[in-house]
Amino acid sequence: MRPLTEEESKTVFTKLANYIGKNLVHLIDRQDEPHCFRLQKDRVFYVSESSMRLAISVARPNLVSLGTCFGKFTKSGKFKLHITALDYLAQYAKYKVWIKPNGEMPFLYGNHVLKAHLGRITEDTPEHQGVVVYSMNDTPLGFGVTARSTVDTRKLDPTAIIVFHQADVGEYLRDEETLF
Amino acid sequence: MDGVEDDDDLLRGPTQELELGSDDDEEEEEEELPVKLKSKKSKQADRPLKIIPTASDASSEESDDDNEDGRVTMKNIEARSRALDAKAAREAELDIEEMQQAALAGEESGDDFADADMDEEGEGGEGSEEFVLPTAEQREEEKTRGGPDVHTVQRRMRECVRVLGNFKRLAAKGRPRAEYIQQLISDIASYYGYNDFLAEKLFQLFPVAEAIEFFEANEVPRPVTIRTNTLRARRRDLAQALINRGVNLEPIGKWTNVGLQVFESSVPIGATPEYLAGHYMLQAASSFLPVIALGPQPGERVLDMASAPGGKTTHMAALMQNTGVVFANDANKARVKSLTANVHRLGCKNVVVCSYDGREFPKVIGGFDRVLLDAPCSGTGVISKDASVKTNKSERDFTLLSHLQKQLILCAIDSVTPDSKTGGYLVYSTCSVTVDENEAVVDYALRKRPNVKLVETGLEFGRPGYTSYRGKTFSDKLNLTRRFYPHVHNMDGFYVAKFKVEKRAKVKSDKEETAAGAGGADADVEMNEPTFPFNEDEDRPYIEENERRRMKAKSRKAPPQTKPVPVAAGGDPAAPS
Repeated sequence: MRPLTEEESKTVFTKLANYIGKNLVHLIDRQDEPHCFRLQKDRVFYVSESSMRLAISVARPNLVSLGTCFGKFTKSGKFKLHITALDYLAQYAKYKVWIKPNGEMPFLYGNHVLKAHLGRITEDTPEHQGVVVYSMNDTPLGFGVTARSTVDTRKLDPTAIIVFHQADVGEYLRDEETLF
Repeated sequence: MDGVEDDDDLLRGPTQELELGSDDDEEEEEEELPVKLKSKKSKQADRPLKIIPTASDASSEESDDDNEDGRVTMKNIEARSRALDAKAAREAELDIEEMQQAALAGEESGDDFADADMDEEGEGGEGSEEFVLPTAEQREEEKTRGGPDVHTVQRRMRECVRVLGNFKRLAAKGRPRAEYIQQLISDIASYYGYNDFLAEKLFQLFPVAEAIEFFEANEVPRPVTIRTNTLRARRRDLAQALINRGVNLEPIGKWTNVGLQVFESSVPIGATPEYLAGHYMLQAASSFLPVIALGPQPGERVLDMASAPGGKTTHMAALMQNTGVVFANDANKARVKSLTANVHRLGCKNVVVCSYDGREFPKVIGGFDRVLLDAPCSGTGVISKDASVKTNKSERDFTLLSHLQKQLILCAIDSVTPDSKTGGYLVYSTCSVTVDENEAVVDYALRKRPNVKLVETGLEFGRPGYTSYRGKTFSDKLNLTRRFYPHVHNMDGFYVAKFKVEKRAKVKSDKEETAAGAGGADADVEMNEPTFPFNEDEDRPYIEENERRRMKAKSRKAPPQTKPVPVAAGGDPAAPS
């Protein structure tokens, strides 16, 4: 477990900013309790400082997880956000997409969001913007990247893809082995 | 189908069986004895009807009997039942005579048909409606033939239970109780598919009739229960959401305000969007108990020593409202993955997951306010979930497990800080019902660590733990621990004990007292002997030598040895320096 280097922080924050934009500040300067980012075996964890201090006692090979896992660094140095970060993304998301009940299961099986399943979308979402996907009763289900801007979606046919799938909560079942 | 009904039968009590036994077969028996083969065949043909008298069978038979005195009405029903009882009692008396007769008859027939096959004879003895306990030889024989058929075993078990229930009156003369018990255990083993060792071990836990209930309950699956994740949802909202998906459910009971019991579901309950979003956790009702007993408070430091797959860990995190810190440990790396997945799915942000052997624990980090030790166990409480336990547990497994549990519980006690303002508690639990994994371990901990004591678990139901069991006497306080059984509470077999860890200093004074007491006892013996005061100067070489050894043990640089120390310690004073 160690703090992120300058470069790593930059990669992580750029990625996060794609979803939560300026709300990133709220993650770093928290009112309630100071939190920090820590790297442990190429996984990035976001954890309260008090927990982190206690977890220092655990040896590196034995420490599996602390706080919330945000994602991992790939071998080529890119950062991949995991579904486990959804809590914070959903809390601070700038652009949101709601999908209809009949679109929930297809999305949870790892498919892209089609226009037919689109219930609601934040106004003026640009193209290729990270968005958090909710069900109609405001339960966060995952996140992805828009294929078109809000304006362009109007004139698409129902089978066209609106949001490219990136992660969904179904991964807790599907990818339990590789997620951690 | 079958299992459910047997269960009823076994409990229905002797009256019905007697009735069935007596009225149609008496004459047959006497008449057909000489023509053994034929009688046997006829009985085999109609056996299933008699051996498994379902409720409907019995009632139809009764109504046949009662046809002459008209229909059953509300008015005469009481009188009728009284008459039936009287009849049953009469028949019970008859039955004893019959049994003795049958025993005689069996012997006679054996003499008469000496040339007849031995197998048939044994079979005939059992097949006849009077119950005769097979002798040791007969059982041997039976085994070599590949065991009797299910109906015979079932009937024999029922009879054994009946006889053991009122041994003085019902037992055949000259057959000791032990023989009946032995027969019953071996029948249980073959009927339910246990190995002999485990069947006996579990049988000994209960009175005879209850033991059968226990074995029956292990054949039936427990209800599916879920726990609302209070970090993400409220129980009412969750229940509504699931009902909309076609799940039939209702709250488990008054003792928990987060549990829901699922009766039936048109969707897989472990893959609904609500499940994936972490609104609930699939968890057995019994797994709520240790966490309720532990009662973690917000802001505390809590340890779960053997936590996978995380049902109890996430429950604790939820009770602490994501404050403080929960250390979730599990020795198995593969299971740690599902633990981590569950922790994240349920949104527990105060959990540190690590993978140590639990026995390393106070060394890794100690000072916990509360510790939960849900120890690895034989799983004799969850046989309905995992039937492989029936056959793959031997005596050695139990020895190894209880040894491990004893080590773990001491480590758990040492991990708790007695200075905690809010806590200082340890909860020990297993999903096993055997005494050597539960009471014996707790008693061991009480003896080994005088600074802990048992306290009320805070669970309002459950049976008190044993204070003595088969010649072993445990501490009286063990009645504060709680046992849960599948046949009584309709949840997995479970055991919960709660300890309060206190400061050690107090214990020291206790020890001194006892030491002083012992010294006092010895004092009058040693009164006349001269006293030996310490002499610092004379002892110096020994002191130095020990100091050197201590440093060496700590792998620090030891001072060079000054002079050779005489080997015979405590000999004459070494050197006047």
